[in-house]
Amino acid sequence: MTVNLTKGQAISLQKNDGGTLTAVRMGLGWQAAPRRGLFGSRTREIDLDASAVLFADKRPVDVVFFQHLVSDDGSVRHTGDNLVGGVGQGGDDEAILVDLARVPVHIDQIVFTVNSFTGQTFQEVQNAFCRLVDESSGQELARYTLAGGGAYTAQIMAKVHRAGAGWTMTALGTPANGRTFQDLMPSIVPHL
Amino acid sequence: MTAELVRGQNHPLPQARLEIRVSAGEPVLAGATLSDAQGKVRGTEWVAHPGAPTLPGLEVSKQAAADHRLAFDLDALPESVHRVDVLLALPTGTGGPVRFGAVAAPFVAVTGLDGSEVASYTITGLDSESAVIALELYRRQDSWKVRAVGQGYAGGLAALLADQGLAGAAQLASGINDAVVQGLARSVAPPPPRLPEGDRALQTPAPAGSQGASGTVPPQQGAPGAPQHGSPYDVTGAASPVAPPAAQGASINYTHPGRAAGAPPPPAPTAPPADPGQPAQPVAGAATGWSMEERLYNQVWGMFEDLARTVAAYRSAVDFADSRMEQELDKVLSDPRSRIGGQGHVAREAAQTKHTELVSQARAALDRDLTQLIAESDVVEPALPAAFARWDNPVWHGYRVPMEIPMALRLGDLHLPESENLRIPMLIRLPLERGLWIDSGRSGQLDELVDQDELRRLAMDVAVAHAARLLAVYPAGEFVVHVIDPAGSAARSLTPLVRSGVLPAPPAVGPASVADVLTRLTERVDLVQMAVRGGAADALPPGLDTAEQLLIVNDFPHGFDDRAVTRLRYLADEGPSVGVHLMMVADREDAAAYGPLLDPLWRSLLRLSPVPDDHLADPWVGHAWTYEPPRVPRGSQVLDQVLDQVAEARRRDR
Repeated sequence: MTVNLTKGQAISLQKNDGGTLTAVRMGLGWQAAPRRGLFGSRTREIDLDASAVLFADKRPVDVVFFQHLVSDDGSVRHTGDNLVGGVGQGGDDEAILVDLARVPVHIDQIVFTVNSFTGQTFQEVQNAFCRLVDESSGQELARYTLAGGGAYTAQIMAKVHRAGAGWTMTALGTPANGRTFQDLMPSIVPHL
Repeated sequence: MTAELVRGQNHPLPQARLEIRVSAGEPVLAGATLSDAQGKVRGTEWVAHPGAPTLPGLEVSKQAAADHRLAFDLDALPESVHRVDVLLALPTGTGGPVRFGAVAAPFVAVTGLDGSEVASYTITGLDSESAVIALELYRRQDSWKVRAVGQGYAGGLAALLADQGLAGAAQLASGINDAVVQGLARSVAPPPPRLPEGDRALQTPAPAGSQGASGTVPPQQGAPGAPQHGSPYDVTGAASPVAPPAAQGASINYTHPGRAAGAPPPPAPTAPPADPGQPAQPVAGAATGWSMEERLYNQVWGMFEDLARTVAAYRSAVDFADSRMEQELDKVLSDPRSRIGGQGHVAREAAQTKHTELVSQARAALDRDLTQLIAESDVVEPALPAAFARWDNPVWHGYRVPMEIPMALRLGDLHLPESENLRIPMLIRLPLERGLWIDSGRSGQLDELVDQDELRRLAMDVAVAHAARLLAVYPAGEFVVHVIDPAGSAARSLTPLVRSGVLPAPPAVGPASVADVLTRLTERVDLVQMAVRGGAADALPPGLDTAEQLLIVNDFPHGFDDRAVTRLRYLADEGPSVGVHLMMVADREDAAAYGPLLDPLWRSLLRLSPVPDDHLADPWVGHAWTYEPPRVPRGSQVLDQVLDQVAEARRRDR
């Protein structure tokens, strides 16, 4: 069952069968800007970027984004930068996979963010969504619709954090502004 | 609130512990100079740069990069320091841009440790400058301020440092650049593309249908499983335009290089189902590839990456545990209440317990992974083909001269201090993309027990073993080894090559024959280059040998005049693309008289050591790996037996 979230809504997610998550994926998809007018090449492409920041006790330790596709320890992998988006038909254009069993022991939180690298706000993006999937079962855990989401260029999506022996995911959906994850650090810190 | 500075503007700094972030779009080196109240840099020890990245209170990166994060603790700087200049420079000699005008305007930001920006500055208006002072941090009445400077230097780093009043600026600048370029050059060959579906035995395979609940197929661009089959082979094909020259221009092969095999490859061996709760049993060849050889190659590189990453996780956790404990102990010390009574003692113990717990957890995770990798290594090593195998592998006793060039060659073993009983084969692609340098100098740290003559002899023994392996893994007559031994000092080490008759001519002794060998190889490079460029491969003289050539040079620069040195440099630059490779067996100190003239030569070679030495970096996280040269077991005849077969096949081939 997918939970459709509105911005700012925060809920905790546990697997329905009571087990803990072992692998999660944050998928991001959006539609390429439509080409208008005589000079089709002049339409501005939209480049959204997904990032994941690994924290140990509120200190950022590692970041996975389009310039650093795999965390040093290998547990978090980005499938690669997509500069223009897809056709907006539901598939993920960018995805970040987290193998929770391999996350180093001192990392206790992983925060996922989405940024508009080309600067368009989410109002201007079509069919943009962001979803969190339990990778081991393929079940979608949460989905946000970013299009029409307001005059923001970034969103702090969710965090996955240690809870007891396993992991729990909390959806955040906090809007923010920035071009890359670095600009978002001040907005992330309150959620840790 | 971020202050966006313009040139000359200053801004107060609210805290002493800061980060300076740099993003430049192209790799730049970052450094800092300290100056006293008179604005004078007191000496080279007041300059932080990639060759000397840490000074009390600040740290810069060891490598050139497009993005930097430089750490500062202004309180920890010496009292006498009144100003810190943050500088950026483009590295020279890397083939990158040489002027800031050709790259995007560098952006620098001063941030707190939590990433909150204090001030930022975009350095605009640069043109022919190749070095720039970006920011200065300076003391003003017991507090620190930052000023946007943006002073560029067309004369580069040397001019910048000289302007700071530093004696020996040019020398320091070239030293810094060397450190950067060596940082780039010492990395192990880039990894093959790791196929995402190449999930190896380490990971439990994901169940089918993990593409998402919606059941839709992701579009091609972002698809995580987009296959990249065969790209390693593409590289091989493109890198050897000479082999075989006669076939060039005559017919065009329309086969897609990635689909060289017409029939689908036999399926990879799969692991037997694991017991519940247990990791899967490792299997040799459990990786992607079109042949067993390619699968084993990918598997070995996968093990290399996994070991690098699991050790990175361990080190990161231990570092974190250390710094957290330090912080907590500091807090205990600074709290006056804890000085009396047992409270402080309890807090200290609690901090230590937390530290021990985290470190032992990290160690357990590392041990779990190491056990898995060692089990994998135990099944992979015996399955390796000769070119990938150790000399003590039985595959060498059943050696036959091969019909095809293998994908790669084992140059030795790699390990980390955390993994003493796990050795990763160091495989490099064939044909060689760069020459080799067996360093007989004393630069390593582990060779203090070995004296200099012994080291030179060991280096030559190792060189002969590498050369023998290359001769053995190429088909008959497709690899030729020449030797220059000007003083005849390596006669003993060269015995296996000379005795078996695999050399086309005896080792060149004396200046005249050195010059002769170099002249012939230079002519060959010229001829093949001309033929390839002119698209007239069939115009090569009929007697020209199309085999790959390896030139072993011992005792450089003994017996070399200036002309011979020039020829050698030419071979190093132009040779690899036309199948002529160098193997220098040398101590760089011996050639010190040539000064920086030879630096590009050393840099272009892959440095190996005759004794274990931790000088190689992996391409993922940059650990320093200990390299061990391949050893022929003591008393073993395997080298002689293999070389006899090579010589025999060569005679038959003729």
